[in-house]
Amino acid sequence: MMAIPQLALKNLLGAGIRTWLNVIVLSFSFVAIIATQGLLEGMNDQVAQAMIDTEYGAGQFWYGSYDPYDPLTLKDGHGVVPPAIDAAIEKGEATAILIVQGSLYVQGRVRPVLIKGIDPGQTVVRLPSSRFRPVPGEIPALAGARMAKSGGMGVGDYVTLQWRDARGTFDAQDARIAEVFSTTVQSVDLNQVWIPLDTLRRVARMENEATLVIARPGFVPPPAPDGWHFKSQDDLLSDIREVVRSKTVGSSVVYVILLLLALLAIFDTQVLSVWRRRKEIGTLMALGMTRLKIIHLFTLEGAAHGVLAALVAALYGIPLLGSLARDGWELPAGVESYGFAIGERLFPVFSVGLVLGTTLLVLATTTVVSFLPVRRIADLKPTDALRGKFT
Amino acid sequence: MKSYPMGDSSIVALCDVTLTIRQGEFCGLVGPSGSGKTTLLNIVGTLDAPSGGSATVLDESVGALSHERAAELRNRHIGFIFQTFNLLPVYTVYENVEFPLILLRIPSAKRRTMVMESLELVGLADRARSRPHQLSGGQSQRVAICRAIVKRPEIVLADEPTANLDAANSHAILRTMERLNSELGTTFLFSTHDDKVIRYLRRKISLVDGSVASDVVQGGKGDGV
Repeated sequence: MMAIPQLALKNLLGAGIRTWLNVIVLSFSFVAIIATQGLLEGMNDQVAQAMIDTEYGAGQFWYGSYDPYDPLTLKDGHGVVPPAIDAAIEKGEATAILIVQGSLYVQGRVRPVLIKGIDPGQTVVRLPSSRFRPVPGEIPALAGARMAKSGGMGVGDYVTLQWRDARGTFDAQDARIAEVFSTTVQSVDLNQVWIPLDTLRRVARMENEATLVIARPGFVPPPAPDGWHFKSQDDLLSDIREVVRSKTVGSSVVYVILLLLALLAIFDTQVLSVWRRRKEIGTLMALGMTRLKIIHLFTLEGAAHGVLAALVAALYGIPLLGSLARDGWELPAGVESYGFAIGERLFPVFSVGLVLGTTLLVLATTTVVSFLPVRRIADLKPTDALRGKFT
Repeated sequence: MKSYPMGDSSIVALCDVTLTIRQGEFCGLVGPSGSGKTTLLNIVGTLDAPSGGSATVLDESVGALSHERAAELRNRHIGFIFQTFNLLPVYTVYENVEFPLILLRIPSAKRRTMVMESLELVGLADRARSRPHQLSGGQSQRVAICRAIVKRPEIVLADEPTANLDAANSHAILRTMERLNSELGTTFLFSTHDDKVIRYLRRKISLVDGSVASDVVQGGKGDGV
């Protein structure tokens, strides 16, 4: 019946402050869900983009048994770059990276590092490889800001690098820190030093060899030659996405609790409403409304909380979340321990799917909790209702 | 007959009641509390069903009515007036009176005409925008009467309609109902033990312990009060 929604809204608004308290609490949940999910979606996008730009590209060719999570594989995890991949490198569609385990002597201390070789002219990944500024007789080196800070290094400092070459011979040479670069991606920063690829190949006696080759975003890589295998962008990002997903589940607890509190308030309101309005229910029956229509009316009254909450949430949520999406959220110092390449500001992403999904979730759950207490009306006798009794 | 289960036994509310109420009557069920007046009124109003025997209202057997059919019968043909008015608190006077017409899906323009006509009949057209809490007891009951008669039902059932009203308001209400009965031909059936009401009745059915003790046709003294 067309009139029921109007009646429901009229009853709801007629309940005054009780309605608005529920609506405001529910709208908090609404905005909290969208904000939290938006931040996590933004974090996912931001982390993935930073990893693609800085380290993963369109994917990587790995040599042999190379596994970035197993340093023991580095010893044999390098091989001559095959012609098919070399052609892509020549065209600037890929860049080779050679990784050698070594030690760094700095400030009188020794620390294990990965010495990574990268082509100074590459433009495939966003690393400041063009800043090597070679000086005869010196190895120019790049260090990330975290590495420089933890090692007490600065631009122009000399450090000693030690490594074992392809034949197992230990060798060492001084290197000058040519640049300290800032990056959000810890995996190109912590415990590693970057030097020119040719230099590393020469000193490690690994001519024309690489551990991995990064493909430029948008480049369709050739089939992996023998001894190499291709890890797609999705493969490389899967771990990060898994971690983000697990954090999403963790943070969901907060908004689930908020939502449950709001739903509990609506449930209580509905229970109270049915109890207090027994005579009104009886009157509606006497006036000719069927029980089904009355259940419909009361359920709609409860569900309308969700609609009003969406409107109220839109009222303050759109400007609030809009400014958050535009200006980002400044992350506190020490957020690096979060383990993601987020950067200094996190920009949430509020997709249409997120907003619609949240709206549907809130409306559906509100309708269900609104319906549960009013089911009792189905068993209510008109005469008992008019007397204010429940059977 | 109507009985209610009470533990292992049952309480008989109505027993051996045989009555016929004709179209246009202005009659009342009279008796002390617990005599079965309201129970009988509820059965006539299809809010309840007899436990035994049969009750026929507007050619429909009340015991055989489905919940939906009973609701439809009340919606179209029966108006209720309650002791405590039972106005819907969040609606205005106009909306309270309009409510039964919305249930009947009467178009908006026609609803407006019917509501205003009915409000004028009870002298409350100027209070159309008021809310129930802004009305006196007498005004509230007149709104309830208006809501009962707006759809021009065949029967109006009034359960102790003057119990919450003072003498002046009671007479005013009763005169209004008497007038509506004669002008619209609506059957009025009261449940009451109020002498003021009893004096207006043209037929007085006395109930004692759930049975009809007397059924008297009288003049109705409303005009003389």
